[in-house]
Amino acid sequence: METVISHKGNSSVLKEKANKILGVNLQDAKISKSYLSVAFIALLIGGTLGLLQGLNRAGLLELPSWLNYYQVLTAHGLLLVVVFSATFTIGYFYAGMSHTLGGLLPKVRMMVWIGFWLKIIGVVLVVIPVLMNKASVMYTFYPPMAADPMFYFGLVFVVLGVWMACFGGFIQVANWRKNHKGQHLPIFSFFATGVFVLLVGATAFVAVEVIFMIIPWSLGWVDTINVMVARTLFWAFGHTAVNIWYLTAVSAWYVIVPKVIGGKRWSDLLTRIVVIALVIMNITGGFHHQIVDPGISESVKYMHVFMSLAIGFPSLMTAYAMFAVFEKTARKQGGKGLIGWYKKMPWSDVRFLAPFIAMLAFIPAGAGGIAQTTNQLDQVVHNSMWIVGHFHLTLGMSVAMTFFGISYWLVPYLSKRVLTKGMNQFGVVTTVIWTIGMITMSGAMHTVGLLGSPRRTSYSTYFENATALSWDPYLIFLAIGGTLLMVAAIMQVYAVFNLMFFAPKGETEFPIAEVEEGEAKTPYWTERWGIWIVLMIIVVAMAYVIPLTDFIVNAPPGSPPFKTW
Amino acid sequence: MHRSEKIWLTLSFGMIMVFMIFAGYQAFALEMGPPSHGERIDPQKVDQTAPFDQPGIKQIGENEYEVVMTLQIFSFTPSDIEVPAGSTVHFTLTSKDVVHGFQVAGTNINAMVMPGYVQKITQKFDKAGEYLVLCNEYCGAGHQLMGTTITVK
Repeated sequence: METVISHKGNSSVLKEKANKILGVNLQDAKISKSYLSVAFIALLIGGTLGLLQGLNRAGLLELPSWLNYYQVLTAHGLLLVVVFSATFTIGYFYAGMSHTLGGLLPKVRMMVWIGFWLKIIGVVLVVIPVLMNKASVMYTFYPPMAADPMFYFGLVFVVLGVWMACFGGFIQVANWRKNHKGQHLPIFSFFATGVFVLLVGATAFVAVEVIFMIIPWSLGWVDTINVMVARTLFWAFGHTAVNIWYLTAVSAWYVIVPKVIGGKRWSDLLTRIVVIALVIMNITGGFHHQIVDPGISESVKYMHVFMSLAIGFPSLMTAYAMFAVFEKTARKQGGKGLIGWYKKMPWSDVRFLAPFIAMLAFIPAGAGGIAQTTNQLDQVVHNSMWIVGHFHLTLGMSVAMTFFGISYWLVPYLSKRVLTKGMNQFGVVTTVIWTIGMITMSGAMHTVGLLGSPRRTSYSTYFENATALSWDPYLIFLAIGGTLLMVAAIMQVYAVFNLMFFAPKGETEFPIAEVEEGEAKTPYWTERWGIWIVLMIIVVAMAYVIPLTDFIVNAPPGSPPFKTW
Repeated sequence: MHRSEKIWLTLSFGMIMVFMIFAGYQAFALEMGPPSHGERIDPQKVDQTAPFDQPGIKQIGENEYEVVMTLQIFSFTPSDIEVPAGSTVHFTLTSKDVVHGFQVAGTNINAMVMPGYVQKITQKFDKAGEYLVLCNEYCGAGHQLMGTTITVK
């Protein structure tokens, strides 16, 4: 008996040593695997709900009263924009922090586990009232529509869970910096820091909205609510959230993809500047959701055009950087000609193909975003299906496909398995189906949106109105695209769990690209996070102090809660 | 930094500036700014507050009309509006309950209508026909039925 135990003990010590050398800490891997599992289960459920909506919008499916369109849409939005993206982001960055910062501290490990369970509790509390049709208020839950208080408490738990993960990240990074004075934070963890700073900054707004305004009001402690303050606080969060998922995808483009294709990464200094710029300027971008709102003067709205467009600049820097890295790498491998070098790219490698298509998607997606931040152009498309098409390009392609591409090496890395040729092929097919589905759906959405078809509306002919009926031929593509996406989502989720539990055992590398040889040393000022956070707060203050003060000081009488569904 | 990158970034910056200049010129010189009316109202007393105590359409000049309209779940008051072709219509809008959107398909009319705020938007209807008016902000179970028409004769 004793020998058995001691033998077991020995082997586990050995295992731990081996892991240290190979860079996988099993305890840390378990954290990331748990987060990723939740992410992909959310993708499967959220995707299924998305298909139901696509079929409804095409006029092919009437949803039953116990699971109506608006319930489905609320759950779809929350599961994909909040649960899938946030859990993937945390799982991915924690895996990378563990890898690049020499394993997680026990304290940090505990914090991120607490964060995990807080999030799970939160999601359950949110989902129950949605299923009971007591919270069909959408991802945006604009007051004075009032859901069951349980819905808002659930959101609070989700935010607390996110904060635990963020502050765990800060402790991990601070500890590394203390032990590595004068050194630059490894680039992967630099991205992680930026993402966690933004997550705290963005969720702070929605926390104020939910805790101090909505919860007392939905419980009946106060009679009325200031709808414009709530709406403004929401968008300071709501848009930043999606930009954070985008920044997560960008981290893989700069750090991972160059390694996958056998190249070096882009200038370390410029990469860090992109992260810093996105952190400083991001939160104020959300204001463009309020371009056609009453109560905000045209000059404030114009100032916000600048604030929103400014975020475009680092993205345009990224566009150049990515193609420069591709060209350089391909030429080194013998690629020739002005554009003939593209033949040298590893097109059949899903770890490259998926994020590459994701980047391409960001060209029209980013252009659409620039249109939407520009006052008069936004007025044409605001709240139309165009917007839905836009964020299915940005989130559904640029972000989701990058996450899919990551999963093909991250999951086997975490589970000490390998990506087989067959599974890679499977991933390529998944990528192609997803791409076709998303282009079909999002293309139709953009077009029908320009014609006036509204978002967040179940199928309607508006009393056989000719204009509304003329949208039907476009809406059918929502069903076609949605069906293809469903197929690809099932395949993707299958791939993730196959790689986690059934793929052949082996070692998979965490691919982090090196800097170009002979590159000038990055100046140390890039590490001054205190300054970046102060600048971020100043920009946020410039953007929000004037309109928020006006909404509070010159507030109209507030609104009582309404349940209109 | 490579020369081509400098050119790219200059062009990028230039493009953003062009968007800024056009947006500013249209908003302030051509008065095409987005609907931004600032007036407040008690959202629980809309029916007793002028001009919303008498919603409807009123001719205010040659080829010029004012429509005072309330939005409530799931309708517009007044509905089924008729105006002659070539008329300019000034809409004055507010919500009696939740957040609504006011959109007229085939025009640039698109405005948020918030409880507590009066929103204004103007449109000239040159082409005859039936225009679909709809609420483009989710407002509840019957949101997809919240529509009416403007008939231009």
